[in-house]
Amino acid sequence: MPGHGQLFDYLLRLGDNGLVLAQRLGEWVGKGPVLEEDIASTNVGLDLLGQARLWLAYAGEVEARDGKPGRSEDQLAYLRDSAGYRNLLLVEQPNGNYADTIARQFLFDQWHVLLLGQLTLSRDERIAGIAAKAVKEARYHVERSTDWVVRLGDGTELSHGRMQAAIDALWMYTGEMFAVDATERALVDTGIAADAAALEPHWRSAVQAAFDEATLAVPTDSWMQGTRERGGKQGAHTEHLSHMLAVMQSLPRAHPNAQW
Amino acid sequence: MHTPEDELAAVWRAIGGVVDPEIPVVSVVELGIVRGVERVADAWEVTVTPTYSGCPATRVIEDDIRMAIAAVAGERARVVTALAPAWTTDWIAPEGLAKLRAAGIAPPGAAASHDLPVTARAVTFGRPRPAVACPNCGSLRTAELARFGSTVCKAQYRCADCLEPFDYFKPH
Repeated sequence: MPGHGQLFDYLLRLGDNGLVLAQRLGEWVGKGPVLEEDIASTNVGLDLLGQARLWLAYAGEVEARDGKPGRSEDQLAYLRDSAGYRNLLLVEQPNGNYADTIARQFLFDQWHVLLLGQLTLSRDERIAGIAAKAVKEARYHVERSTDWVVRLGDGTELSHGRMQAAIDALWMYTGEMFAVDATERALVDTGIAADAAALEPHWRSAVQAAFDEATLAVPTDSWMQGTRERGGKQGAHTEHLSHMLAVMQSLPRAHPNAQW
Repeated sequence: MHTPEDELAAVWRAIGGVVDPEIPVVSVVELGIVRGVERVADAWEVTVTPTYSGCPATRVIEDDIRMAIAAVAGERARVVTALAPAWTTDWIAPEGLAKLRAAGIAPPGAAASHDLPVTARAVTFGRPRPAVACPNCGSLRTAELARFGSTVCKAQYRCADCLEPFDYFKPH
């Protein structure tokens, strides 16, 4: 049987992906390229934040099973340093231009919807319940980001170039989504976690279909970051995460237990 | 004398007066998010399921339900959240759909057609989307402006005939 520590870690991975990406999307508030997109990216962020709260609240309860004082969702969000975060490297990458933001969202959404679909079959009822809720939201996210990849990719010379450059730059962070380490393996074997490696062919065919439509080229595979059990899922992050957390956590760090 | 059935009916009526703070034309009961009311020891326990994980109205709705019950029953009320089964727009009552339309919000079509099997299936571009009737003039010549509207549960549309922009409550 996998221990509570492994389940806790896995729940952090699920929760931190949503939390970090939501914070990134929140950085667009008030300066989206058009009003509709400002609202859309914020709404996607809101969904992801809501999902993150569900995962992190559960993580805190699992943590308490070992007799430790389980942390609340707020404590987990505001009082961990970057090395304590378990999100994918992809989601912490900076917003860049809008093509960069859309590329990051698209690569993640296509994976997220597959992962959540599998997690609805988890033997852990709480995980299955959260996933069943979240997958419905993720389907809208992936429709939107896919539409934008096609629109920008098959758009003007400028938008096409930026979209392709964004995909090329982020591609090395996609391998981590399908890398299964010992923590995940133990939970996959007991029917609790989703086997991320099995999602890859489905993800690749969806990405290929969208890129064909968008006249974009799938980058050639080369070095993939974070795949050798030393990436975001193990707490080894790019420098961008700590900068982001410094902003996100500044208020609760400066004013502990502040209420608003 | 009040029978327990009378009390339960009064509590349901009270909850029926609580509106969604973001769409104040429909009650939380019409929205289908109140999944049950039960007497547990000395308190009324109301089971609510959220529409979307990140819906900011959830907390307000819980407070409003507690206050509405306190007003009629003068007793303690608890709101518990149930995630499963996940809320679907199919649970919006027919009168709720009519009220949405009257408020200029195109009501959702059946959500079942929007659902994919839970097995690994990727979403690809160009999935056909059903036509949405304009809540203002009924025309089917409408187009989506954005996947997300004034709230996370809605999309923005525009009618090509009466030219009105409107919100579409997405099947979910």
